[in-house]
Parts: sequence; structure tokens; C-alpha cells
Amino acid sequence: MNIVIVGHVDHGKSTVIGRLLADTGSLPEGRLESVKESCRKNSKPFEYAFLLDALKDEQAQGITIDTARCFFKTDARDYIIIDAPGHIEFLKNMISGASRAEAALLVIDAQEGIRENSKRHGHMVSMLGVRQVTVLVNKMDLVGYREADFEALKAEYTEYLRQIDVEPVSFIPVSAREGDNIADASEHMPWYSGPTVLEQLDRFSSGGRLHEKPFRFPVQDIYKFTQSGDDRRIVAGTIAAGKVLIGEEVLFLPSGKRSVIESIESFNTLPKGSAVAGEATGFTLSTQIYIRPGEIMVRPSDPQPEVGTRFRANIFWVGRVPMSMEKEYKLKLGTARATVKLAEIVSTLDASDLRYSRTKRQLDNRDVGECIFETTRPIAFDLASESETTGRFVIVDNYEIAGGGIILENLSGGESILERHIRERESHWETGVVLTSDRERANRHRSKFIVITGRPGIGKRALARELESMLFRNRCSTYYLGMAAIEHGLDADLRLHEKNVEERLRRIGELARIMTDAGMIFITAVDDADDYDIEALKLLNAPNEILVVNVGQSDFYRTRPDLHLEALEDIAETIDIIADLLISREIIVDYQI
Amino acid sequence: MNHLDRLEAQSVYILREAYREFKSLCMLWSIGKDSTVLLWLARKAFFGHVPIPLVHIDTHYKIPEMIEYRDRIALEWNLNMIYGENKAALDDKQTFPDGNVDRIACCRHLKSEALKRTLSGEWPRYRMNHDLKRYVADDRKKEPYTGVIVGVRADEEGSRSKERYFSPRDSGNSWDVGDQPPEFWNQFKTDFAPGTHVRIHPLLDWTELNIWEYIERENIPIVPLYFNQGGGTRYRSLGCAPCTNPIESESRTIEEIIEELRNGSLSNVAERSGRAQDKEDGGGLETLRRDGYM
Ligand SMILES: Nc1nc2c(ncn2[C@@H]2O[C@H](COP(=O)(O)OP(=O)(O)O)[C@@H](O)[C@H]2O)c(=O)[nH]1
Repeated sequence: MNIVIVGHVDHGKSTVIGRLLADTGSLPEGRLESVKESCRKNSKPFEYAFLLDALKDEQAQGITIDTARCFFKTDARDYIIIDAPGHIEFLKNMISGASRAEAALLVIDAQEGIRENSKRHGHMVSMLGVRQVTVLVNKMDLVGYREADFEALKAEYTEYLRQIDVEPVSFIPVSAREGDNIADASEHMPWYSGPTVLEQLDRFSSGGRLHEKPFRFPVQDIYKFTQSGDDRRIVAGTIAAGKVLIGEEVLFLPSGKRSVIESIESFNTLPKGSAVAGEATGFTLSTQIYIRPGEIMVRPSDPQPEVGTRFRANIFWVGRVPMSMEKEYKLKLGTARATVKLAEIVSTLDASDLRYSRTKRQLDNRDVGECIFETTRPIAFDLASESETTGRFVIVDNYEIAGGGIILENLSGGESILERHIRERESHWETGVVLTSDRERANRHRSKFIVITGRPGIGKRALARELESMLFRNRCSTYYLGMAAIEHGLDADLRLHEKNVEERLRRIGELARIMTDAGMIFITAVDDADDYDIEALKLLNAPNEILVVNVGQSDFYRTRPDLHLEALEDIAETIDIIADLLISREIIVDYQI
Repeated sequence: MNHLDRLEAQSVYILREAYREFKSLCMLWSIGKDSTVLLWLARKAFFGHVPIPLVHIDTHYKIPEMIEYRDRIALEWNLNMIYGENKAALDDKQTFPDGNVDRIACCRHLKSEALKRTLSGEWPRYRMNHDLKRYVADDRKKEPYTGVIVGVRADEEGSRSKERYFSPRDSGNSWDVGDQPPEFWNQFKTDFAPGTHVRIHPLLDWTELNIWEYIERENIPIVPLYFNQGGGTRYRSLGCAPCTNPIESESRTIEEIIEELRNGSLSNVAERSGRAQDKEDGGGLETLRRDGYM
């Protein structure tokens, strides 16, 4: 079980850990003696904290700079104690430690009382989803082991924690240095009858009841190791919550595709009929549907996750650069990745004095904010209160994880970023004296944006070029845009960011808007387009119209292409079919081969 | 799920995350028990396959059984097996066994330097040809590996307890312990600026005991050097023959090793105590680590 230990600097975390390790006999034999010996030689007082100091530069600074793991065992189970630094500079490290813990020990100095980080860390632990918290009131020796001091601090801190929705499991009065109530009950505090720290650790519950929750399986990857002679197409990932059986129907979100679990795959185990929360597993499906990593697989009979582009969340920012509303960020939620913008800052909270501000226009380092975010395309998610793993996300800025958040509410349904963009663009669109309709009359054909979709290598490009050539011979004003033409030109600035597919698509859409405005039949080919890609292109090209020709397998679920071709066997014949379609749609009047 | 199940699931998740996010990925295989467990976990993650090249740095002073074992497993498990070496240092005899440099410098030449240049693609990589059943110099275009999966454990030694699962290194391979990126929940650093790369540590939360318990549970084949084969000694950690000594132990089987670790009879012996180079300077490993030595 992973336990994180946090608290204000110098309140005694390292001493508590040193004690736990020493008193459970988890230190290598002789380590205690050798550290004591070296203290004697350097004539400095022995500290239990020295037992942990492993790194040279840490000793030099005298503070815990990073989360360190310490391992020990009780009769009940294995523990990993994650020592999170108390110093404000190292908040990132504290987060890393706390976010993988199932329970937290919050250390607070009986004499000094509540300090900035006692508050901040309490808040972080709560936001990171650590539900089991025990407060250790340390250095009881300095306040004469008095019950009154303990009770006063307990009351004050309970009140603070209540405001941030943390309800501690227990408060334990300890003296880490003297060993009171760590492994053994203290003789100095007969008034205390609760558990020692060790007893409390064994009482924390592990694993929760995740398997009873609605089934959530964020798809991490799709594997097919055909080269090694394996034909299984395996949907791989880790079950975030719930349970699923072979033969059950499943639904993928946001795409909306459905299938049935055919098998549960694993290596070097007995065959499995079911899989539950926590397992890193894989499934084959009974139908060949095309899904992408990042979707969430659920059971249609369970309560469903949200699907949308706009949500309200609590976030804390630990980026070097403030989070701004002007910039696009990468969002990672479960296994999904999306482009996201900060749309609105509702309020910010200074976690140390709990003061709200409603005036900030950006999130600074260490700010906690309630904000509204918008993704450029729909994602599936849960509210954090419903399902943790699929209800929280991180924001990546300049290659670094710079913030983490939990989702409070789905706000989708309103105007999307793209729709707003189009509305604004159109209201400012400047035309010349010559209108599109004038051009169409002169050209003797309508303008159109023709998109050819399908898998890479299926022959879309050849078809697009042939179509352009046919239309040109028929005196149409037409243009085929090759991807290579913009990759090294218009998109040259995107070349380093190979994953920036949304921006590439946006530029094609904007180009189409201009070219169709110029009265042209504008043709391009797009690899692996899905519903959202087509919807985006449609919007971007609006008010002009789009025509979709799909070749072979597609990722479409909602989109009905204007023309669907199983394969590209005979190009000339295909051109005929497309030309007939263009005539029937009154885009061109007539044609000759 | 028990503790081993959870450790396994977390490591598999990390391996899949690495495979998904890094185009140029490799896994270091030292032939020791930890990286062999890591290799096994890759077979778990990818349903019996290992779609990631395995890189071994051959100092040519390894205990011979290690190399035999490596090649046998590579063929049996159909591994994409690569080794690299520091040919210049070996030719010039800039090694400790040749008596020309101390142990630490020898490690730096034969391991750190060889590792760095093999990963970067500057020096030749030798790849197992499964038809010929021998290594052939790799003539493919050598991309630097930008994601390197390594089997370090946090309990091995102090500085490792501070590692992240996904730990960035700059172009000089160095590790800034004080300023590591945060890991929120199961979201790791999978984006990186050109010129940097990431070390990936799926075994961070495993202890030495967990490793042996898992080897037992899964029945993973392991180099026999870890067992007492009659002489009352066995290796606890494997390295180069001239600098690695066995420990005194009667354990002949995995069960006996597990018992030995559980009953604490080794608790006063550091795991790497058989590795002579660790003793050369106070922070031995730390110095080499910053250099990129595993
Ligand atoms: N009197 C007293 N001092 C303590 C106790 N626990 C820790 N200290 C001292 O408080 C100082 C800071 O402790 P340390 O564990 O390094 O704090 P950390 O920064 O929270 O890890 C050290 O000088 C410890 O000796 C305690 O129970 N009683």
C-alpha cells in the first residue's frame, strides 16, 4: 500500500519515517549504529531523519527535495512510504508523491501549529483524491505531552480541513524523536487511547470498492502483431473501474461504436472469463470496428460517461509559465489526448490562506483555480465525484505536465470553439464586388469542396488528381491541393509538432473556404478522417458546401459519405461515377471523358 | 488483486504507455534478474510478444554464462536483440583487468560511454539475426533512442528512491534530481523537447523480494549464477567477472532465496555488496549515474 507523508518543513516527516523504519526493523542491520557513529564523529546530534538522507546534494541543502520511497512491511502488508518534501519550492514533487498514495499522513508540529503548508498540503491531498487522511500531531514532548494542547490543535485543524472537504480518519499525538505512539503506545500520554501510527496504517483500507462501480476501460492502445504471426486484434488497457464478462456488449465513447467482448487476452495465465478494476488486460471484439486509443469502453447498461467539449474543473497549476487564455494546451485524460483552451477563470484560491479572487486573468504557479475548459473536439469523461481515473486530467505546456485537474461539471451543449470561430470569421468576411454566384454563372458550374477519405495508400491521391484533370478538361475551374504542397509551405511551422493534426485540418478547411469562395471545385485527400474531422471541415468551409467521397474502410460512424466506394479498381470507371454524382447534384451540367 | 498483481499491472501500464508514446524506444537488458523480470513484463504487456528492441552493453568481461543465457533466450523468445560495446577502449586496453585504469574509469569506458554511444547511434549496434543465429552489425539507419526503458528499483540504493517512472535526461544524459517534472496520478512525462530523451522505470516500486516472488510465481527462467551450485556461494547481483563476487549463501532454489530474504539473514548485506566498483568512492554509483551509467 502506498502512503504519502506530508507536512510543513521541519515539522518532523523525516523523523517519523526514520522511526517507522527503525522500529519495524526495516533498516539494514548496522545502519542505525553507523549513522549514530558518524554523528558522534562529526559531533552533531543524531537525527532519525539522517537515516533517509541518501543523496549528497540533499544533505547539503538539509531539506527533502524530492519524493523518496521507503519500503517496509508489517504483519498485515507491504508498505511504500512516499516522503514528500515540505518546502514550497518542491510542490511538484509533493504532488507526484501524493497522487499515487491511497492514504496520507499529515504531520503537524504541536508547538508551531498550523503553517502555510499544513493548509496547502491538506488541500492538495484532498484534490488529488486521497480519501484517507490521518493527522500526526508531532513533537508532543515540546508541549509537555499535554492533552489540552493536542485537543486545541485538533479542533483548529479539523475546522480548516472541513472547509476543504477533508475529514481525517484520526488524529494521533506523537513524538517522533522520542518514539511515542509511533510503533508503541506512549507512556507519556495515558489520556490517549487511539491507535499508534503503525496500527493506524494497518487499518487503512486498500483498493476501495472500484470493482462495484460502472465499468470504465480507457483504451490505451490497439495491438496487432501480425509480423510475429499473431492475428489477434487486441484492445489493450487498464480497467479503471467495474467489471466486464466475455459476451457482454460494449460501447466506445466518444465515437459511439458498439461491439461485443469476444475474449479476454493475457500471457502466462489461465484463461479468463471476466476482468475487473485494476487489471492491465486486453480484449478481442466479435466485430471488426475501428476504434482509436483514447476512447473509453463502457457497458451500455451502466450509467454513461459524459461526452462533450466544455467542462468546469478545479485545477492546480505548477507550470513555470502562467496558464493563459490565449494559448492552446495539450490535455491528457485517462488515455485520451486533446487540444484544450482555458475559456474562463471562475475563481482562484490561494491555498495557504483560503482567500478567493474573482479577478485573475491567468493562473500563476501554485494557484488553484476553478475554471472552464474547452477542447477542440469532443472527449469522453466522468465527473471526478463519480469516477476518479476518468474524471481527472493533466495539462501539458511546453512538453511538461504543468497542471492537474478534476472535473466538476459537463457544460457542453453550447457553442463550440470552432462554431464561435466560424461565426466571428463570417461576420468579418470581406468580399469583393464579384460574388461567388457571379463566378459560378461565368464558370457554368457550382463551387464545391470535394474531400476524398480512406486509409493511407488506398489510391486517394491518384483519384483526386484524375478527378481534377477530368474537370479541367471539361473547362471547370478546379484545383487539387496535394498534402506535400502545404506540408513544406503553409504548414512548415507545424513540422516539429507532428501530432498537431487539428491545426493542419483547420488550415485545409480555411483554404477550402477561400477556394470555394473563388468559385472553384477544390479537391483534396485526407487520411483516416473520422466524424469529427468531417464535421470540422464542413464547418470551416461553411457557408460553402462539401462533398465526401470515401474509399474502402473508414472511421465514420455518423457521417454518411456522399459516395462510398469499396475499393479503387478502375479509376476511369470511378471518375464516371463521381461525374454522374456531380451532375445529379447540379454542380456541373455535363461532361465528356 | 494482491501486491504482486498490482505491481505487475502498474508496470504493464507504464510499458504500454511508453510503447504508445515513443517512436524510438528500446529496453536495456543487463541479463540480471530485474531486467529479466522487466522483459517478462513486456511479454505480459504485449501478449507474448516483445515489440521493443533490447539493448545489452557487452563489456566482454561478463561472466560467460550470462552471454550464453542472453543468446538462448533471445532466440527462444524471438527477441529483437542488440548489443553495443566500446571497441576503442577494449582495443587500447583502457580497462581495469588490463591494469591500466581503476574500476570506476573502467565502468565509465565499458559501460557509460558504450551505452551513451550505442543509444545515440554513433557507434555500431550488433543485431541478432534469427536466421543465421548470430549477431550482425546493424546497417539500418541508426536513429537515436529517445525512450529508454530501464529496470531500476527504488529500494536498490538511496538515490534511486527519488526516480520518477518517466525521467527526462538532457542531451548530455544527465539527471537533474532537484527539478523533476511532476507525475500526476497515472499521467507521465511523454512529451519532450528535441535533443532530450526519457528514461522509463517500470520497476520502481518493486523490492528485491518482490522480484524473486514474481520469478517464482511466473516461473521465469533466470541465469543459474543466482543459485548456489554447490560451493556455498551465489551471486546476488551480476556484473563483470573481475569486479563481481558471489556472496556466501546456501540457497539453491528460488524458494530458498525468498526465504533467505524474508528471514533477514541478508539484511546486513547490501544487495550490490558483491560489486567492487561501488566501494571505490563515497557516492560511487551516484557519480556514474549522473554520467548515464545504469
Ligand atoms: N522535540 C522534538 N523534535 C522533533 C520531533 N520530531 C522531529 N523533531 C525535530 O524537528 C526537526 C525537523 O525534523 P525533520 O524530520 O527533519 O522534519 P521534516 O522537514 O518534516 O522532514 C529535526 O531537528 C528533528 O530532530 C519530536 O517528536 N520532538
